[in-house]
Amino acid sequence: MDRLRVLKGIADGLSRGKKSEEMKNLADHLWKANMRHLDASEVVNKDIISHFVLRLVYCRTEDLRKWFLSMETNLFRYRLLFEKAEVQRALMAEFDLPYRAASNAELESVKEGLKQVAQSFGQPLAADAIFYKVPFEEVPELVAGRRVFIHKGYAYIAMNQVVSLVSTQFRSHLSKALILTNRKWTSTIREQEKDRLTPIVEALCSSYLGPDYSQPREFAEISIKDIDQIAKSSFPLCMRHLFEKLREDHHLKHGGRMQLGLFLKGVGLKLEDALAFWKAEFSQRVGSERFDKEYAYSIRHNYGREGKRTDYTPYSCQKIITSAPGVGDHHGCPYRHFSEENLRAALGKMGISNRAVEDVMDKVRNRHYQLACTLTFEAVHGTSCDAGINHPNQYFSDSQKVLQSKNQSTV
Amino acid sequence: MTKEEIENGTADMEIDQRELMNGERSELNAVPDGFNANYLKVYYGKLFPHADIFKWMSYGNDGKHPGCDESYFGRREFSFTLDNDIYLRFQSFNSVSQLENSIKEKCPFKIDIGPVYSVDPAKRHAYAQSGNNVFTPVEKELVFDIDMTDYDDVRYCCSGADVCLKCWTLMTIAIKVIDPALRDDFGFNHILWVYSGRRGVHCWVCDPKARRLTNEQRSSIAEYFRVYKGNENSQKKVSLTSSALHPFLLRSYKVLEEFFEGNLLSNQSLFSTEERYEKILEMIPDESITSELRGKWQDNKKSSISKENINVDRWKHVKKILKSGKQKGQGLGKCVEEIVFSFSYPRLDMEVSKHMNHLLKAPFCIHPKTGRVCVPIDPNHCEEFDPTAVPTLSKLLEEINMGGLGTDDDEWDRTSLGKSIRFFRSSFLQPLLKSCKEEIENSYNAKLQHSKTSLTW
Repeated sequence: MDRLRVLKGIADGLSRGKKSEEMKNLADHLWKANMRHLDASEVVNKDIISHFVLRLVYCRTEDLRKWFLSMETNLFRYRLLFEKAEVQRALMAEFDLPYRAASNAELESVKEGLKQVAQSFGQPLAADAIFYKVPFEEVPELVAGRRVFIHKGYAYIAMNQVVSLVSTQFRSHLSKALILTNRKWTSTIREQEKDRLTPIVEALCSSYLGPDYSQPREFAEISIKDIDQIAKSSFPLCMRHLFEKLREDHHLKHGGRMQLGLFLKGVGLKLEDALAFWKAEFSQRVGSERFDKEYAYSIRHNYGREGKRTDYTPYSCQKIITSAPGVGDHHGCPYRHFSEENLRAALGKMGISNRAVEDVMDKVRNRHYQLACTLTFEAVHGTSCDAGINHPNQYFSDSQKVLQSKNQSTV
Repeated sequence: MTKEEIENGTADMEIDQRELMNGERSELNAVPDGFNANYLKVYYGKLFPHADIFKWMSYGNDGKHPGCDESYFGRREFSFTLDNDIYLRFQSFNSVSQLENSIKEKCPFKIDIGPVYSVDPAKRHAYAQSGNNVFTPVEKELVFDIDMTDYDDVRYCCSGADVCLKCWTLMTIAIKVIDPALRDDFGFNHILWVYSGRRGVHCWVCDPKARRLTNEQRSSIAEYFRVYKGNENSQKKVSLTSSALHPFLLRSYKVLEEFFEGNLLSNQSLFSTEERYEKILEMIPDESITSELRGKWQDNKKSSISKENINVDRWKHVKKILKSGKQKGQGLGKCVEEIVFSFSYPRLDMEVSKHMNHLLKAPFCIHPKTGRVCVPIDPNHCEEFDPTAVPTLSKLLEEINMGGLGTDDDEWDRTSLGKSIRFFRSSFLQPLLKSCKEEIENSYNAKLQHSKTSLTW
C-alpha cells in the first residue's frame, strides 16, 4: 500500500508536468515518507516485497500493466538519479552491463570533444563528471541524435544518459516479467490463491489511499443554518449539485442520498442535525411520516446506529467517478458524467472565469477528472492546490482552510 | 544509335596492329561512343576485374585456412539487370569461375551486390517451408549513396542528370566530411569510395563490425550524418540549435566553410541575381536584416563592383550583419552556419544505408547512360577527381585495340582502367584481406583454446 502511494504520488506529479529535477526530489520525498522502517534491512525487504506484490496486482490488464510499468520505471529512474555519483558508479558495476567507466586518462584525451557535446546541450561540463565508454552500436538513439561524443568506435556517455539506458532496460525487463506473471496468474495462481491472495490482489488496485474522513476532525460541527452558505463556498461541484437538486426537488434517489449524506457526515454534520436536514427537505415531497418510516432508518444506518453498526466512510473521488448514475440520478462526478454544455453552465454558475473554464474542459477532455476539479478549486479560491483533489471532503476541508486564513488576514 | 548496328557484326575488335600504318591507326581503332551488349562482352571478357571482386567478397574465406567459412561467398546475393530491363535477383556463385562465367555469358547491363544471407540464396525456397524465417541477411557492408540530384535546389550550373566540375565540388565536400567521420568517430578502416558513373558517389564500409550492423544501428549512423531535412515546402531546411554544435558538425563546418567561400560562392554565383540572393535571404528570419541587405544590394546593381567579386562581397555583408549581434532576434544564433550547411553539407539517401538487404551497384560496372566506369575515388585526393575524365567503355575498347596482342591477364593494365584497379588493390583490397585473414586466424585460435579449456576437468 505504501509503495502504491509512492507510485501514485509520482503519477500525480507527472500529470502536473513537473520537471525532472522536481520529480527527482518528489520521488525521494515520497519514498522516504512511505517506505521507511526502523530496521534498515527491512527497508530492502519492504522494497522487494512490495514491488512483487504490486506486480501481481498490476499484471492483470493491459491498462494496469501500462500504468505500473510506467510508474515503476520512473521510480527506478528517479531513485537512481537521486543517488550520489559514487553510489551510482557502484550500482552500474553491479548491473553487469557492457558499459565501462572511462578512466581519467581516457577522458583527458577526449576532453575537448566532451566539452563541445556538453555545450551543444547548453550544459557546462562538470569537472568530475563520470563518463562511460561504450561501443557506439550499443547506443543507437544517442548516436542518431548526436547526443554523445564518439571516437574510434566508442561513445562516451554521461551519467544521466546511462541512467536513461539502464531505465530502458529495466522497463523492457519488467514488461516481459509482467506478461509472464499475468500468464501464470490467470492459468494457475488465481485459482490456487482463491482464498488467500486473490481477493486482496483484486481489491488493492482500486482502493483509495488518503484519509478516509470517517472521523471529522478539525472543524467545528457545522449546523444546518450555515449549510447553504457553506455549500456555495466550500462544496465541490458534485456535492453542490446534489445539494442544489435536493433543495430544488426536495428529493434525491438512493445513490444521491448516499453520496451527499456520507459527505455531510464527513464534513461534521451530527446525526440529529442530519435527520432534521433531510426531513425538512423530504417532507416537502413525501410528508414527514413517510420520511420517518422510509428514509430516517437509512440515515441512522449511515451513521452506524443501525444494523451491523458500520460507520460508513464518505466516498472518495475514485469511487464517485466510477459510479454509474442513471436516469433521475444526480450523483457521480460532474466532470465525468455531465455533458459539456451542462458542465460549462455549472462552472459558470460557480463564478469561474472563461479562461479557467477552458482549462478545466481541457482536462475533462483528457479524462483527468480530478485535475479538472482541482483547477476548479484553484479558480474559485484563487490559490493553488498542489496535492490535487482526491476526496470531496478534502476539497471541503482545504476550502475551509483557505477561507479561514483569508478571514484571519483581513482581520 | 545507328553506329551500333555497324558494330554489331564486328564483335571481334582486335586488329593486328602490325598491319596498320600509323596514320590509319586512330581511325580504325576509333570506337564510337556507346553502350551495348557487344561492347560489354569485350569489357567483361578482358577488363572487368572478376577475380578482385571475388577476393573482396570472400573476405579472406578462400579455403586456405582451416578457420575459413567455405560457404561464405556462396551465400552472397548478386543481382543482374539484363538488356530489356530483365532483372535477375538472388544470383549466387560458389567460385570465382562461376561468377566470371555467369557474367560473361549473361552480359548484365548492371550488377548489384546484396547481402550475405544465412543460406545460399539459390536455396531460399527450401528454407521458406519451415516458416521460421531462416532465410535472412546476416552480413552486408555499410553503404552510403550521395546523388547530385538531391542538391538541385542549391546548384545553378547544372540540373537533373548533368554534372560538371563546378557542382562536382559538392561530392568532394561530401567525401571530405563523411570519410574522416567514419574513420575517426566510428573507428572504421576499410572504406571504399566509388564514382557512381554519372552524378554521384557510393561509399562501401567493409569492416567486420560494419558488415554485422543491424538495421537499427545503420539507421542511427545515417541519422548521425543527417542535417538536411526538407522538401520544396519547408522554408528553412537546416536547423541548428543556437547553442554550440556537436564536435562532428564543428569539424565538418571547417570543411564546408572553406569550400563554400573558396569555391561555391563564385562557381555557383550564389548572390549574383535577385532570384538567387532572395533564396538566401529567405533563410534569415529577421525582416529588418533582410530588408537592409536587400536595399544595399539593389543599390549596388548600379555600382562598379566586378561580377566576380559580387558574390564574395555580398556574403561578407551577410556574415557581418548576422554575426554583429545587433539584432538578437531568435533563430539568428547559427544563421550563418545554417546557410553554409544548406548549400554544402552532404545529403545522403537515408534508405540506402538503413537496410541490410539493400542492393547497390558493384564497382567497375559501366553506367548505361554515360558509358563511364564506376571507378574508385581516393578520398585523400578527392579534390582532384574529375568525373568528366573518367574512362568510358568506348575509350577503353579503343585502348585495347591500340594495345595490340599481349597476355590476356594484363590487358587492363595497359588501359586507363589500370590505374583504378591498381588503386583498388593497393589501398583497399590488400589491407582488407590482410585484416580479414588475421581475424579468421584469431577467432579460429580462440575457438581452439575454448574447446581445449572446456575439456579440462
